[in-house]
Amino acid sequence: MSVFDGLKFRKVYSPIHNLDPRVKFIYVCVVFVAAILFGEILPLLALFLMSLPFVLLAGVQKEWLRSLRGAAFLATFIFLVNIASSFFTSGYVLTAASVESAAAMTLRFVVLVESFSVFFLTTSPDHLGLALEQSRVPYEFAFAFTTAVRFVPVLAEEAQTIMDAQKARGLELEKGGILKRIRNYVPVLIPLIVSAIRRSLELAEAMESRAWGATKKRTNLYALKFHRGDFALLAVNVALVAVAIYVRLYLPVPTLSQLFWV
Amino acid sequence: MIEVEDVNFVYPNRVEALRDVSLVIKDGEFVAIMGQNGAGKTTLVKHFNGLLKPSKGVVRVDGVETTKTSVAALSRNTGFVFQNPDNQLFSETVEEEIAFALKNFGFEEEVIKKRISWALNLLGLTQYRETSPFLLSGGERKRVALASVLSWNPKTLILDEPTIGQDYQQKEKLRQFIVQMQAQGKTVIIVTHDVEFVAECSPRVLLMKEGRIVADGEGREILTTPEVLAQSSIVLPQIAQIFMKLAPLGLPKNVIDVYEAKEMVLKTLEKRRK
Amino acid sequence: MAIIETKNLTYIYPGGRKPSISDISIKVEKGEFVLITGPSGCGKTTLCRCFNGLIPHFYQGELKGEISVAEMDITKHQTHKMAKHVGLVFQNPENQLFALSIEKDVAFGLENLGLPREEIRKRVDWALKQTDIYDLRERSPHEVSGGQQQRVAIAAVLAMQPEIIVLDEPTSFLDPLSAEKIFEVIRELNKKLGITVVLVEHRLDLTAKYADHIIIMDEGKVCFDGDPREILGTEETRLIGVGIPKATLLFQMLKKEGINLSNVTPLSSEELATLLLEAFKNA
Repeated sequence: MSVFDGLKFRKVYSPIHNLDPRVKFIYVCVVFVAAILFGEILPLLALFLMSLPFVLLAGVQKEWLRSLRGAAFLATFIFLVNIASSFFTSGYVLTAASVESAAAMTLRFVVLVESFSVFFLTTSPDHLGLALEQSRVPYEFAFAFTTAVRFVPVLAEEAQTIMDAQKARGLELEKGGILKRIRNYVPVLIPLIVSAIRRSLELAEAMESRAWGATKKRTNLYALKFHRGDFALLAVNVALVAVAIYVRLYLPVPTLSQLFWV
Repeated sequence: MIEVEDVNFVYPNRVEALRDVSLVIKDGEFVAIMGQNGAGKTTLVKHFNGLLKPSKGVVRVDGVETTKTSVAALSRNTGFVFQNPDNQLFSETVEEEIAFALKNFGFEEEVIKKRISWALNLLGLTQYRETSPFLLSGGERKRVALASVLSWNPKTLILDEPTIGQDYQQKEKLRQFIVQMQAQGKTVIIVTHDVEFVAECSPRVLLMKEGRIVADGEGREILTTPEVLAQSSIVLPQIAQIFMKLAPLGLPKNVIDVYEAKEMVLKTLEKRRK
Repeated sequence: MAIIETKNLTYIYPGGRKPSISDISIKVEKGEFVLITGPSGCGKTTLCRCFNGLIPHFYQGELKGEISVAEMDITKHQTHKMAKHVGLVFQNPENQLFALSIEKDVAFGLENLGLPREEIRKRVDWALKQTDIYDLRERSPHEVSGGQQQRVAIAAVLAMQPEIIVLDEPTSFLDPLSAEKIFEVIRELNKKLGITVVLVEHRLDLTAKYADHIIIMDEGKVCFDGDPREILGTEETRLIGVGIPKATLLFQMLKKEGINLSNVTPLSSEELATLLLEAFKNA
């Protein structure tokens, strides 16, 4: 059940959580673009460190570190592949520059993953759903998203109950070789799927009964309004794009080896 | 025999579901565990077949500690019928559904065939042997679930909220069925909040509130003590409500059965006429 | 004109072999509290779905006969049109709440109708207060109890301000105390706001006393239709398999023994207790 615990969002009130998700998303896109513009370690390091104030202000350090650990495996893989390819293509020579370039590629990957992680860690599903509703995304998709999130804990509990019910009929999920174990999950999956289908039917009835589809001009109880923080972040985004483009076009970016061995 | 000694249980999300629970259920007893939703009733009975293991304290079934054996082994003697039959139905035919547990418990082919026929017959489902369980009505699916648990003839039967969504006739059949099981010497434990149903069956009643057992005794005593019931947010059965109001005239308060009520009223009227 | 009127209403589900309801002819007056009951499979759920247009629009199938609800022929109006006049509350509390917060759920129908934000806010707050869950408005539906979830469902339907609210076994999954609270809420809506209530229920011991009008169905047909006190006092009702209130049963049993406590059949323990006290005093 611990896996599902992380999906139970708690209502957190931090200045970062209160920022408009649309602005935060633009920030993530900007970081994404900046990360792609630069292949050098220093700017990528700067982009990486820029996430830290957000993480700390939002109080999500533990979860953020956990997601870093999750990315570690793939990051190591990317590092090794890059090292290996430069090793073999440069005639079995390993230079400081090639190590640094491999490290930069890895860091680029980490920056991309981490900016998305920060976005999802600091945006509650309610907020995200609301942002989807108020953007140009068709309402059906926003609705599908929020309903899915709403039912995740319900389905998780049901899966647990189904496993209990089948265990009480002698099903031993842990026993047997790989094939047997997979087959053991059939009595758990089928009731889960059937129940999901039944549930969707009941939900559809309830939706119809509450005027679903009455008009294309759907209104909303809440309105996402921009506050000072949002304008500040928007300004940061614009500045970031401007600086990134300027640096890329007009300034030479030193590599670490150049800095330290010169 | 089920022995529960000073059991505490805390869920992973830190909710304390059971606090200092101790009780003994002897073979052949009929027990109704009652209380508000969230009082810990289902949590408690899940300890009887090992689905949950106590955080503190010991649960022993027939002398064996539940932590020292598997759910499958405990289930061989303790059948658990869950509230929603759709949580377990998955087979193509009713026959296969009932065979599932029998196969898991290692019964032999010929025995399995006999047991299936016996269980189908017991619950009036013989005509549905080859039918898909998903095509049956709600009440029929409940009976299939019950048949599949009875098929391996456990000596203890646990029914979790068996009366939900049932109409009056279905509940009557259930009550008669429990009487039958009892006559066979089985231990029957039901988790329910249906006072009227319990009033008609008159079992031993365990009342729970916030993870503790607040009352344990004869149905007719507990179900007619409003202070005790109010603690667990249980409503008095209708007959008991009536006799509460008649108490000032000297009539006994612990009447929950309608036939007994009739006799009591007739007797009292006779007495008063004289 | 009656607010709900059907003439020879018959319906077969797509692929079904026999009708789920046949020849149903009933009339419900404005402001009535109607109780529909009967053994499982008698067609009460099917009938409910005819009242707001789920049948025939959502379920397709064959609908014959006439039906008018809130002076509209449901076969000619889409379900979303009917939603403004008839609200439907379902059995399973969890499967009719889709939003991440309770007040957003109550607002759902109003948002669908495209009402302006201030109007939505006003109606949501009003509906939450009517069902006594205003304090829970920012919670997630999954965090609250079944009884509270059903009150959210009722509030969500109430916010659309329909003339009729239909409830299909709303307390099936609830304990008796929560069920009583729900029935009290429903009764308030009927008495204070004049909303016509159609309640499908098995638990007559808790609901018979509220009803002005009872309809008992069996095998798709209407068997009894009229005053609860007259109908529940008869032998026949019990024989169909309807669980009459224990107080009424005791009354009938005493009547059989020659003790006629009253001409008016009691439907609750209070009523019978009063009759018994009288009888004892006069003995």
